[in-house]
This record gives sequence, structure tokens and C-alpha cells, in this order.
Amino acid sequence: MTATTHDTHDDHHHGPPAGFFKRWLFTTNHKDLGVLYMLFGLLMFFVGGAMAMVIRAELFQPGLNLVDPHFFNQMTTMHALVMIFGGVMPAFTGLANWLIPVQIGAPDMALPRVNNWAFWLLPAGFVLLLATLFMPGGAPAGGWTMYPPLVLQLGDAFPFLIFAVHILGISSIMGSINIVATILNMRAPGMTLMKMPLFVWAWLITAFLIVAVMPVLAGAVTMLLTDQYFGTSFFNAAGGGDPVMFQHIFWFFGHPEVYILILPAFGIVSAIIPTFARKPLFGYSSMVYATASIAFLSFIVWGHHMFTVGMPLAGQLFFMYATMLVAVPTGVKIFNWMATMWQGSMTFETPMLFSIAFVLLFTIGGLSGVMLALAPVDLQYHDTYFVVAHFHYVLVTGAVFSIMAAVYFWLPKWTGHMYDEKLGKWHFWLSTISVNVLFFPQHFLGLAGMPRRIPDYALQFAEFNMISSIGGFVFGLTQLLFVYIIIKCVRGGQKATSEVWEGARGLEWTLPSPAPYHTFETPPVVK
Amino acid sequence: MSENTQNQRRSGGRTAAKMAFMALAMFGFGFAMVPAYQVFCEVTGFNGFVSNEASAGPADQAYDPDRKVTVEFVATVNGSQPWSFRPKKSRMEVTPGELYTAYFVAENQEAESTVSQIIPSVAPGSAGRHFKKTECFCFTEQRFSGSETREMPVTFFIDPALAERTTTVTLSYTLFDIRDGDLPEYDEEAAELHAGAPQSAD
Repeated sequence: MTATTHDTHDDHHHGPPAGFFKRWLFTTNHKDLGVLYMLFGLLMFFVGGAMAMVIRAELFQPGLNLVDPHFFNQMTTMHALVMIFGGVMPAFTGLANWLIPVQIGAPDMALPRVNNWAFWLLPAGFVLLLATLFMPGGAPAGGWTMYPPLVLQLGDAFPFLIFAVHILGISSIMGSINIVATILNMRAPGMTLMKMPLFVWAWLITAFLIVAVMPVLAGAVTMLLTDQYFGTSFFNAAGGGDPVMFQHIFWFFGHPEVYILILPAFGIVSAIIPTFARKPLFGYSSMVYATASIAFLSFIVWGHHMFTVGMPLAGQLFFMYATMLVAVPTGVKIFNWMATMWQGSMTFETPMLFSIAFVLLFTIGGLSGVMLALAPVDLQYHDTYFVVAHFHYVLVTGAVFSIMAAVYFWLPKWTGHMYDEKLGKWHFWLSTISVNVLFFPQHFLGLAGMPRRIPDYALQFAEFNMISSIGGFVFGLTQLLFVYIIIKCVRGGQKATSEVWEGARGLEWTLPSPAPYHTFETPPVVK
Repeated sequence: MSENTQNQRRSGGRTAAKMAFMALAMFGFGFAMVPAYQVFCEVTGFNGFVSNEASAGPADQAYDPDRKVTVEFVATVNGSQPWSFRPKKSRMEVTPGELYTAYFVAENQEAESTVSQIIPSVAPGSAGRHFKKTECFCFTEQRFSGSETREMPVTFFIDPALAERTTTVTLSYTLFDIRDGDLPEYDEEAAELHAGAPQSAD
């Protein structure tokens, strides 16, 4: 025991180990790993973004203009996989790594070495996935949902896709196990569950979702693998299987997955809005219960992705009603955020602007979601741009905006410098305007019948597609400004105080800025 | 590191073990969904579940001899294999409770012999359980010699328990060519065609 005490004591004074590789490759420090996760997420955000630019460039005008249709399909498929598994999920995990220990008063994550391993599996998984772009037959092109029998016609990329999904799944499961173990065991004395910041709550629930459904996805893709190479017939009708069963198993994973991509966002805005409204969060416990209810409901609504497969009436009704129920706890949350802002003395710094835009634009995505939940009309909306508009409103102006809000909010704590507020506001307004120019017209395109995942379209869709593409290019370019602002903030700027924001509450704001390499080695006392 | 932190680490490991067990269990659950799905569809008749086993003939039960249900026949070839497959008659009027025979014609359009498996499906889904086959070419693999054409019978009856509101039942067969195992092997030529110059150019 003495030796251990001594070692830790040393670390505390000497900070991170010297040497680039020793520091970053072998690090078990939650702050280092948080940074690595977030940088990886940022990198993949640009890789996936470049693919989106190819998609929008091809759709700028009708006709087949720039790329081969097969390559276009590779872009839509890979854009989704990269953004979900490489962009949003690692970014959220990075935020969790950095913030959860300092928010609950723990010295580090519960399993630091597992943490390192979980992170370094990510680049490995993405090498497998992105390598498929250079293979004969190309990258996966049958949609990120990997429906058989189409996905089985993939060629050389097929096993790479399957093993990439396995590795990314293992990585996120390990990360989540670590988060649960940290939250349940490492809280400072006095930090009861119902005193935890909502970001911690949201991640606790998200981590349970990940551990529950990622293995189901792993099972589904394993069945694809054995169908292809080992003569099983899980999804092969000729052998007595059923391709529709894949959709059931996939969406049993897939629907909780979309909440995995949004629940941490709820936690982030629940931290930011009270800070800049200078009021405590309205309805803390209802927020916790609402998040848990959404997580529970996510397991019983998967059928709404499959209304068109020929589901019997009873199934359609069940999934329709269950899906519409999701709007209730979500409505509670939106209401609570508005009530928090009500009569607050608000200021509009960049994180707050992104959070308010999140509430507004996520609600638009939520409402189009209620429309899609209606089985009779879904038959018309299914596989159209209306769906594309819907899930980009909840994922870009939802998940991605919340990540940007979080970066601006906590960046002074991470770097010790304030970011350039003027540039931050430019980034916000350019992003918010362009993202609406990008995705709002897609509602109209979808309602008018433009199918998704098609590189060409009928002439009557030309204007809205051109508008959408212009919005897309502006949104894409604007994100370079985001990177510039981050680099500028890391390099210097006005010194940040330990509280950073006037109305900031929580343990992380009691630490100096930048937060030292090791924090809360002696647990703080939470009253 | 305090005694307290040591304890936290240990209980952290226990929580992690429980969570890892949960992950493993859910991996198993994914596979358990396969038989569960089969059983669920069998019991409820969802998804147009159709038994691919011979059932006994119509039971000696009362049925309405005046009731008429239209049965439509559909035949499809899976993929682009060189087959011709069609029903001899595209529809017939039947009385639930009575036994009928319909014929399907399949032609292997290649000179080589081959094997096919034909899979039935019934629409609407609620009729699947009530469509009973006493004899069918779909129960076993069908071997065809080169360029062979064959008429194949299916003997069936509709259970009088079929819902009154159902007046049309569609019996659809899909023919799978399974000579190379269950699924066609990955076709390199086709893939190259895909990856080649834009097809739009021509």
C-alpha cells in the first residue's frame, strides 16, 4: 500500500509522463483519453463530412454529374457509419471521460486501462472500415442498416464491414462498462445519485443502453457473416430463413442506438441552459425520470422503422402508439428547458446559443418524428427525403449542436483560455442558418416523393436540391472555423477563471482552469 | 491512494463484471430472437407465416358449401437465374373446407441440370395459418435436368376458420436456384461491372 501511495503522489506532482508516445499511446488518464476521443470524433466528423459534401455535390443538379452511382451509394452508407460510430459516439464518450470524474468528484475512471484499450480499438476499427473504400467492389454501399440480401452482395468489403462493426461495438461496450462502474462506485462522499449533474445521469442511462443493444447488433452481423461463409440460413429464404428477421434484430439495436446518440445531448443542454439563465434547472427529478422512460420506450418501438414490410394491423398499431408515447417524456424535457429559461436573467454566449438552437431545432425533428410514427402516413414518407430531413434535424441540430455547445462551454476549463467569443458567434450563426437551408427543404422534397439514397432525381426537385446543397457547402466550410476557434483557444487567449461562467454550478467549476492533470485525489465534500 | 479509493476500485471491478455479463447475455439474446421470432410468427400467424410441412386433409367439420374465396397464384424467380416459373392458372374460386389441386410450371432454361428450392408465402398474413397444403412441390428440393420443363402440383385446402372478411388469398411461390449451396457465390464479374465506368454514360 505504501508503494502505491508513493507512486500516485509522484504522478500528482510530475503531471503527464514525458515523451509523445508514452503520454498518448499508453495513457490511462481520463482527461488525456477524453481529449483523444474528442479529437478522433472531430477527425471522423470531417471524414464523414467530406462524404456528405460528395453527396450534396452530386445532388446539386439533376442528372448523373460527378460520381458513379455505385460510389454515391458507398458515400451515403459510409457517411452514416462514420458519423454515427466515428463522430457522435466517440465525441460523447470523450465528453464523458473528461467530465464524469470531475463532475462526481472522482480521481479518474474506475477502469483506466480498459479506458485506454477501448479508445485504441476505435482507430483499429476505422482502419478496417475505411480501407474498404480502396477495395475491389468498393466500400459498403447497401445502406448503413446492412439489410440482407443486398449486403451479402458486397464483395471483399463484406468481412471488413462485419469485423469493423464488431470492433467498434466492443470499444463502445467497454467504454460504457467503465462509465457505469465509475458512476456507481467512484462518487465523492455526499454525491447521491439524485445530486448528480444531469450529464452524468444521461450517460449512466446511455451506457446501459449501449451494453444492452450493441451485443445484439454484434449478433446480427455475426449471423450475416455465417450466412455468407458458413452456410447458415438465418436470413436466407431458400434455406428457411427470413430477411425480415434481420430488420427486426437490427432495429431492436437501431432504435435504442438513436437514443444513445441523443440522451447525452439532453444532459449537456441541461447543464448549459441553467448556467446562462442563472436559475437552477427546472424539474431535475422529472428530467431523470423522463430520460429513463425514453430509454425504456426505446426497446419497444423498433417496428416503426418497418411499417412497410407487410406488418399486420396489430403490429402497426402497437408500434405506432408506443412510438407516440416517446413524445411524452421528450415533451417534459422541452418544457423543463423552457421553464428554466423563463424569467431567467439570460445572456447569450456561444454555448447558450447552441443550446437554445438545440431545443428549437431538435423539437422540429421530434415533431417530424411524430409524423413518421403514424403508420398510415409512414407508407408515403418511408425511404423519402422526409426521413432524411427528420433524422438530420435530430442528429445534426440535435446531437452535433449539443457537442459543439459542450465544447464551447467546457473548453475554457480544458485549456485555461477563453475562446474567441466573436468567432464563436460567427460559427453559431453561420452553422444555424446554413443547416436549416441544408435540411429544411428536404422536408418538402420528401413529401413530394423524392426517394433517399438515389444519385439522380426528377426535374421538379431541382430547385430545392440546389438550395439544400448550397446550405450543405456553407455548413461544411463553417466547420473549418470551428477547428480554427479550438486551435486558437488552445494556443492562447484571455485567462479563464476557475468558475469560467458566472452562473456555473458543479464540482468541475471548483477546479482551477485549466484543470490539473490529476484532480480530486482527495474526494471533495458534497453537501 | 486512500483506503477508500482502493475499495472503490474493487467494487468498480465487480460492477464491471456484472455489466460484462449483461453484454454477453444480450449477445445471446440476439441469437435467441431467431427461434423466438419463428415461434411468435407460428403462434400468431404474423408475417404471413406458412408452414412448409404437409398437413392432414380437411377435418370432418361443418363448413359453408356456398362460401367462396378467390385464391390467386403468384410465381417469382429469385435473382436473375435462367428459369421460367409460372402458375398454370392464375386464380381459382374455392370453398373453404374442400380440397383442391393447382399446378405450377417450372422450366430450367439452361442445358445443365440443377436444383431448386421453392418457398411459399401467403397474403394477407392473417390467412397464412389457415392455408393448409397436404402435398406440395415446395416440401422438398426439386431437381431439374437440362432444359427440363415440369408441371408440379400443390394440393391444398383453406381452413373454414379463415376470417369472414377475407375474400381473396394470394399464394406466392419464390423459386431459389440452390445448385451452389444456399446462395449464389459472390460474382466478381458483376462486381467489376458495378465498379466500372458510370452506367449513365451510355
